[in-house]
Amino acid sequence: MMPGADAQTWRFRSPKQHLMRWTGWFWLIALTVFCWNLMTENTIWAFVADAPRQASDIGGRMLPPRWGYLSDLWQPLWDTLNIATLGTLIGVIIAIPVAFLAAGNTTPSRHFVRPLALLIIVTSRSINSLIWALLLVAIIGPGLLAGIIAIALRSVGFVAKLLYEAIEEIDENQVEAIRATGASGIQVIDYGIVPQILPAFCGISVFRWDINIRESTILGLVGAGGLGLQLQSSLSTLAWNQVTVIFLVILATVIASEWVSAKVRQAVL
Amino acid sequence: MSGEVTSSRTWKRPPVLLKNPAWRWTILSGTAIYLFLAISSVEVDWFRVYEGLERGWRFIQGFLTPDFSSRWRDIQTGLIESLTMTLTSTVAGVLISVPIGIGAARNLAPAPVYMICRSIITVSRSFQEIIIAILLVAMFGFGPFAGFLTLTFASIGFLSKLLAEEIEDCDSAQIEAIRATGAGWWQVINYAIQPQVMPRLIGLSLYRLDINFRESSVIGIVGAGGVGATLNTAIDRYEYDSAGAILIIIIAIVLVVEYSSSYIRRWVQ
Repeated sequence: MMPGADAQTWRFRSPKQHLMRWTGWFWLIALTVFCWNLMTENTIWAFVADAPRQASDIGGRMLPPRWGYLSDLWQPLWDTLNIATLGTLIGVIIAIPVAFLAAGNTTPSRHFVRPLALLIIVTSRSINSLIWALLLVAIIGPGLLAGIIAIALRSVGFVAKLLYEAIEEIDENQVEAIRATGASGIQVIDYGIVPQILPAFCGISVFRWDINIRESTILGLVGAGGLGLQLQSSLSTLAWNQVTVIFLVILATVIASEWVSAKVRQAVL
Repeated sequence: MSGEVTSSRTWKRPPVLLKNPAWRWTILSGTAIYLFLAISSVEVDWFRVYEGLERGWRFIQGFLTPDFSSRWRDIQTGLIESLTMTLTSTVAGVLISVPIGIGAARNLAPAPVYMICRSIITVSRSFQEIIIAILLVAMFGFGPFAGFLTLTFASIGFLSKLLAEEIEDCDSAQIEAIRATGAGWWQVINYAIQPQVMPRLIGLSLYRLDINFRESSVIGIVGAGGVGATLNTAIDRYEYDSAGAILIIIIAIVLVVEYSSSYIRRWVQ
């Protein structure tokens, strides 16, 4: 906060800062307008104008929910939970070595191994689990396994990234102390690093599990099992009253998993 | 972490987590039972998986020798849709979430406003992008406009929640000081709150831009425009080299967006 050069009145910013700010805003707005025009080039505005009517139509079909359908949903719900949990488990198991290879202070080689580990993390993180599922369903066929692997592959990057950041933030003195006792490399990791990152690790895993529950509810849309499969079949038969039931089940599952993960994180952190 | 002092000279490592043995055994055995049930309920057609390995190998080959040219027109359309959708929805999301975020901050808003804003946030956060996209595509028709609305809606929940938390964490001394000068509510926002939260708001918006791009490449699967639709088609036609090209482009853009956004965030803060 600079006072104006010679002026007696106080100003929030100097004229130069003002000018820079306005230019920045100008370009942002220009870019947004440009993008908006490009995006809506092919939009059929008649459909958009029609949307409220469509919405009330769909709303009318969605209510009342067909509660009888609930009994068909227990098995898919169990499958969804399994996809998320087993996927998280596999993902975490793969993520641990990747994280140690990626962390600057534990990696065996800064120039060869670390970039490779970072590449694995980036690849896994930038591709959404639904896309992974799409690929895996095409490769190994529809079913729970494709969903589990999709969730696992997506989780690797997330868990490894947060974990290697936690490893890089550890207190080096403790590691030094363990090393001074003559401990081997594995023992240094076991006694010097693991106790320091274990709470963070549990927090990250549970957090990812929570996200995975959310994501696994829809993986079935592309054929990877779980609630999404029922959603897909209800949508394609336009059974909107079943869709409502599925949405409510998904909502309840997500809220429950969020509650569990919050409790567990409170307990370990 | 204090080890038990015993008369013997041997030291047994105390458990790092779950110090209570009863809890430890309950949780461990519960996990084992769950894993057994879960794994036995996953039906895997190993023959199909074996058959798929060959296809998986072809996909990896396609990924290593991506074919950018033969579907370039489709890829280009998808990318333009994704990118324009990303920017416009982030801008719209920020514009809407600033007032909602202020309304959801307990130290600024009166109780009724607080309740309304918090419930908007909860509704927006509880459903994931894909589900919102399904509904909005049904209402607004196929295309990037539905995607734009989806991403905007999802951004509102994310940005307003984090913004509200940031405002609640503001230094109350500064608010008090501005208020003591006789400033009105708007002036308090402008001179006490805004300077404190602005760097964080910019950081969050850039982070959301990053997320929106990732999501924009997915919601195309349910018809909401963007590169996801192109990818879906490529995988459906088993054109793995085109799919590989699209994935590489997505990863590259995610990397660029992520690095530039973290650079800008460091520069702002």
